[in-house]
Amino acid sequence: MSILTDLQERSPAGVLQVGALDDGKPLMRVAPQALPQIAGAAKELGFAHLACITGVDYPDEHEIEVIYNLYNYDQRENLVLKARTSRDEARLPSVSGVWRAALFLERETYDLLGVRFEGHPDLKRILLPEPWVGHPLRKDYEMNRQQFVSKGPQGEDVVSFDPQEGW
Amino acid sequence: MAAYQPYTLEAHPEQSDWITLNMGPQHPSTHGVLRLILQLDGEMVRQVEPVIGYLHRSMEKMAENVRYPHFIIECDRADYMANYHYEAAYVRAVEEVAGIAPTPRAQFIRTICLEFDRIQSHLVWLGTYGLDLGALNAFWYGFREREKILDLLQELTGVRMHPNYFRFGGIKADLTPDFERKALALCDLVERKADEYEDFLSRSDTFVMRTQGVGPMPREMAIDWGVTGPNARASGLDFDLRRDEPYFAYGELDFEVPVRTEGDCYARYVVRMEEVRQSVRLIRQALDQLPQGPIIPAGLEKGYQFLVHPTGEHYAHVEEPRGEIGIYLVGDGSTFPYRVKMRSPCFQNLSVLPELMRDCLIADCVAINGSLDLVMGCVDR
Repeated sequence: MSILTDLQERSPAGVLQVGALDDGKPLMRVAPQALPQIAGAAKELGFAHLACITGVDYPDEHEIEVIYNLYNYDQRENLVLKARTSRDEARLPSVSGVWRAALFLERETYDLLGVRFEGHPDLKRILLPEPWVGHPLRKDYEMNRQQFVSKGPQGEDVVSFDPQEGW
Repeated sequence: MAAYQPYTLEAHPEQSDWITLNMGPQHPSTHGVLRLILQLDGEMVRQVEPVIGYLHRSMEKMAENVRYPHFIIECDRADYMANYHYEAAYVRAVEEVAGIAPTPRAQFIRTICLEFDRIQSHLVWLGTYGLDLGALNAFWYGFREREKILDLLQELTGVRMHPNYFRFGGIKADLTPDFERKALALCDLVERKADEYEDFLSRSDTFVMRTQGVGPMPREMAIDWGVTGPNARASGLDFDLRRDEPYFAYGELDFEVPVRTEGDCYARYVVRMEEVRQSVRLIRQALDQLPQGPIIPAGLEKGYQFLVHPTGEHYAHVEEPRGEIGIYLVGDGSTFPYRVKMRSPCFQNLSVLPELMRDCLIADCVAINGSLDLVMGCVDR
């Protein structure tokens, strides 16, 4: 628990809750606006490796939770940060200024869950084509509807939902 | 540290003599469907933008729509060059969140599978990397030994690739009667042949000239961009999840983690060759210490696997031939996983390409791209 208290001392504002993940990794829930500051403080404490950014959609609570898995190579320690944002207008500040690893991970989370990371220098889709409609990892994504992205006669992007129309 | 500049298709107006060149998505050296948009100033590469997603199969969405044991077979397809590793990460995540203790014998057999998998993955890399750089013979010989490893694993699991072999708490089938004898013979063979491969490449002037000092990645860059595995170890990061966060039987086995500090393509090659030898060492120890006993705990055989309905959140990571695989699992107690996030090592290793390729020659693009050992199925999932 010492990492969490260290971190809390460095940036007391914005820490909502401290605890542990189900597997015992230290966990800190942070307010969205304090995320870059706490991330910076965590990096100063040695958490140089941003392993993973996961977004989880909770439609019942109208919220999307974004989880940051950090690792400290020197002390061999894990740390988990969690921030929540509203589902309808999903926005979080970007941590790409702290770890470059976030550049791709945030683009992926934006692509698949539709969380806009403010301050990301190049936020666009990464796995799906740019004109794609919807964010597939949201729980209400319509899976039975086929979607095709192709080029029109003028080179413009055409999105069609019925195979007969576009193809 | 300079501010990050996004890579856009529009070349800088003051650089009107730059040429935009598409490398891929269909290019033999991009190992899959990777498209690189190069901005060229003569023969020099000034900017690179990787475009990925051609192999995206929406695995994370599929995971939410299949039952827990059914997703094991999907995991094989994520990284088709090292099939056992995604399985290992997923099975480990489910076991730890559901509180299942795997049997000791299963842990050792899993470790043997993972290490054979690592050897065959590195041999494919070695062969194709030699091919990229014009050293054709390593390709044929590397694939020859790889095929023998796949034959052995086929005897164990039933198939060459995509084994679907790991189960929650154990494995599907026990070792065949003469597996141990064949595995030890194969270890001797691989160890002997590893020197031969090194002769092919380390003594080839072409190979050495095209890799030494090419695409250097400093340690700080590797850490900052989330690069893991042999690529990071070649840059001086002394870290291996097998040693530092032991899982399966690795905690009881003795091995060394090869580390180089140069960070160039040649260092990545040397680290991988040394890892092949360490894997042989691990397999020999695991076979020697292999405990007797059941391969799966009572109450988890066959159809009972479907009764695993974990509740909770867990992040499990394992060391793949290419780096850290992570599975972030959210279980809500139902028959389906609520969320499975697959942290891909190749995805992060690829993100550093624009930095490595800046201001290099076009020919070096191939050398750098190949040296990172990117598997596009792993990148796009």
